[in-house]
Amino acid sequence: MRETPVTPVQVTGTVLTTRRVDAYHALTVVAPGIAERFRPGHFVSVAVGGAQTSTLTRRAFSIHDVKPDYGGTVEFVFTVRGPGTAWLAERRARDTLDLVGPLGRPFPLPRDPVTCVLVGGEYGSATLFAVADALQRRGCRVDFVLGAASADRVFGALRARRMGETTTLTTEDGSLGLRGRVTDVLPGVIADVRADAVYACGPMPMLRGVTAVAVEFDIPVQVAVEERMACGIGVCMTCVLPVIGDDGVTRMVRSCVEGPVFRGERVRFDDVGTIPFDALGAPGGGSRNVG
Amino acid sequence: MSVDMRTYLGHVELVNPIITAAGCAASGSELAQFFDLGRIGALTTRSITMAPRAGRPTPRMAETPSGMLNAIGLQGPGVDAFLERELPWLAQRSVRTVVSIGGGTVAEYTALARRLTDAPGVSAVEVNLSCPNIEDRGRVFARDGAASAEVIASVRSVMRYDVPVVAKLSPDVMDVVSVARACVDGGADALSMINNPLGMSIDTEAMRPSLAAVTGGLSGPAIRPLAVRCVWQVHAALPSVPIIGMGGVLTGRDAFELVLAGACVVAVGTALFHDPYACLRILRELEELLAARGFHRLADAVGLAHRPPGAPTRHRIDLEESSL
Repeated sequence: MRETPVTPVQVTGTVLTTRRVDAYHALTVVAPGIAERFRPGHFVSVAVGGAQTSTLTRRAFSIHDVKPDYGGTVEFVFTVRGPGTAWLAERRARDTLDLVGPLGRPFPLPRDPVTCVLVGGEYGSATLFAVADALQRRGCRVDFVLGAASADRVFGALRARRMGETTTLTTEDGSLGLRGRVTDVLPGVIADVRADAVYACGPMPMLRGVTAVAVEFDIPVQVAVEERMACGIGVCMTCVLPVIGDDGVTRMVRSCVEGPVFRGERVRFDDVGTIPFDALGAPGGGSRNVG
Repeated sequence: MSVDMRTYLGHVELVNPIITAAGCAASGSELAQFFDLGRIGALTTRSITMAPRAGRPTPRMAETPSGMLNAIGLQGPGVDAFLERELPWLAQRSVRTVVSIGGGTVAEYTALARRLTDAPGVSAVEVNLSCPNIEDRGRVFARDGAASAEVIASVRSVMRYDVPVVAKLSPDVMDVVSVARACVDGGADALSMINNPLGMSIDTEAMRPSLAAVTGGLSGPAIRPLAVRCVWQVHAALPSVPIIGMGGVLTGRDAFELVLAGACVVAVGTALFHDPYACLRILRELEELLAARGFHRLADAVGLAHRPPGAPTRHRIDLEESSL
């Protein structure tokens, strides 16, 4: 099921366009080396603050779109959360950005033309459109379920309506679509469209809920997690979460290189933010706790 | 004009002085996607422990001005998996490898050294002394010269004679020179400094510590003056001992600063998170700086800032050779 990893490259890309999309920002950057290697689910890491920056950790964003213009462009979507993303939001056309990518393991795609439900929370849906495109090219039926706290935080509703066989929207305040969460409507959608697989990206609690629904229906679920990272290339060891391996052993794996896409039922969502006692190398689990 | 960048760690020759810092290059293969690891002086592994370690819970990282706090907790596969997979991978590619080891007791360090003794591909062993000493109520070895010396002496006694043993020192001590001297007396062939000083930050939104482990190691340019001071003091006291300098090196200028303070090898850590090519860029910048100042050899610049005021800059201080 796993695809062979591609070699990432570092690119000093030129910003082509910047745009506001409701509550979010989208930056399109000319980055040919990244665009040509891209597969759905990949992400990029971006250095923020310019050449003399005092902000050393890179920011990771899933790739929303790649286009062949100018040799290849990538677009990513973000929201301002701190000084790093605030700096990014101030970028204008022709500014340069230091990008590394494509990073991570992409979404595995089914061999057969099956029916897939794509679930996105907040701007996590940005990564799903490339998945939808790849699925449709394989003859798969695609249905969307997108949700967020409010209407301006649902990303890509229009595009989902254009691409998806059906699109169900939810907002917690009821300002768009159905009032509630994606997990409230997901069982109905899966039953109605007789879904064979679920793809999801969004906040961790949503992924946990989506996985629970998919497990209930006994269909495979692929989730792309959004963990905080410093490097994006597997060296800083900060983005780990407990995942059960093929051998049944739970390991603290890096979401940047072993992920960000995981089989939902393998992620121990209840234990994210902890070291489960039965994880390989857990304190007291037969190994001595040093450091 | 090219500069002779060769340097020595004990009697081990490195093609150039830029190496990775412990715990900042994972298994090596991650960085090998970007550049040929043979082009840097050496790769330092993460601190290898006897048993696999899952490390600390997340959040493990908090960004701070010109740096970051980390509390990884020595996550790693354990020595068996390291010797089975990671070290052979590096050895096959002829990557000069400094193996960092971490333990909770003198016996654990010694057992690790014994496992490494017969392993091909170990250029040097760096002893991470910033681990809590289980036999001393969790006080880290590096805070205590006697405990540090005991570990170093024990590791030195079992390690092959031709593999240098490097003691990694912490700046969180009353007197770094006395710990350094104790380690050298215990048999350390070289010293590396500085390990991360402990720091802490509080998330003012959540009104809780930012890190799950509460405190973490501070790294990045924020600690560079601390590193320069430690290297300076230790080099002044022990001028014949090779020093691996590290702490917030982002550019060739930063590396040059540590070289002038007395380091003959410079390790790059946090910069790798920001720029996977940092080592090669820093190496190029350092070489250009040396050439621009008329140096023919890196060795001529090591510790040069210690010369008396008014002394000529081309004054040659033979530190590398003296350690042979």
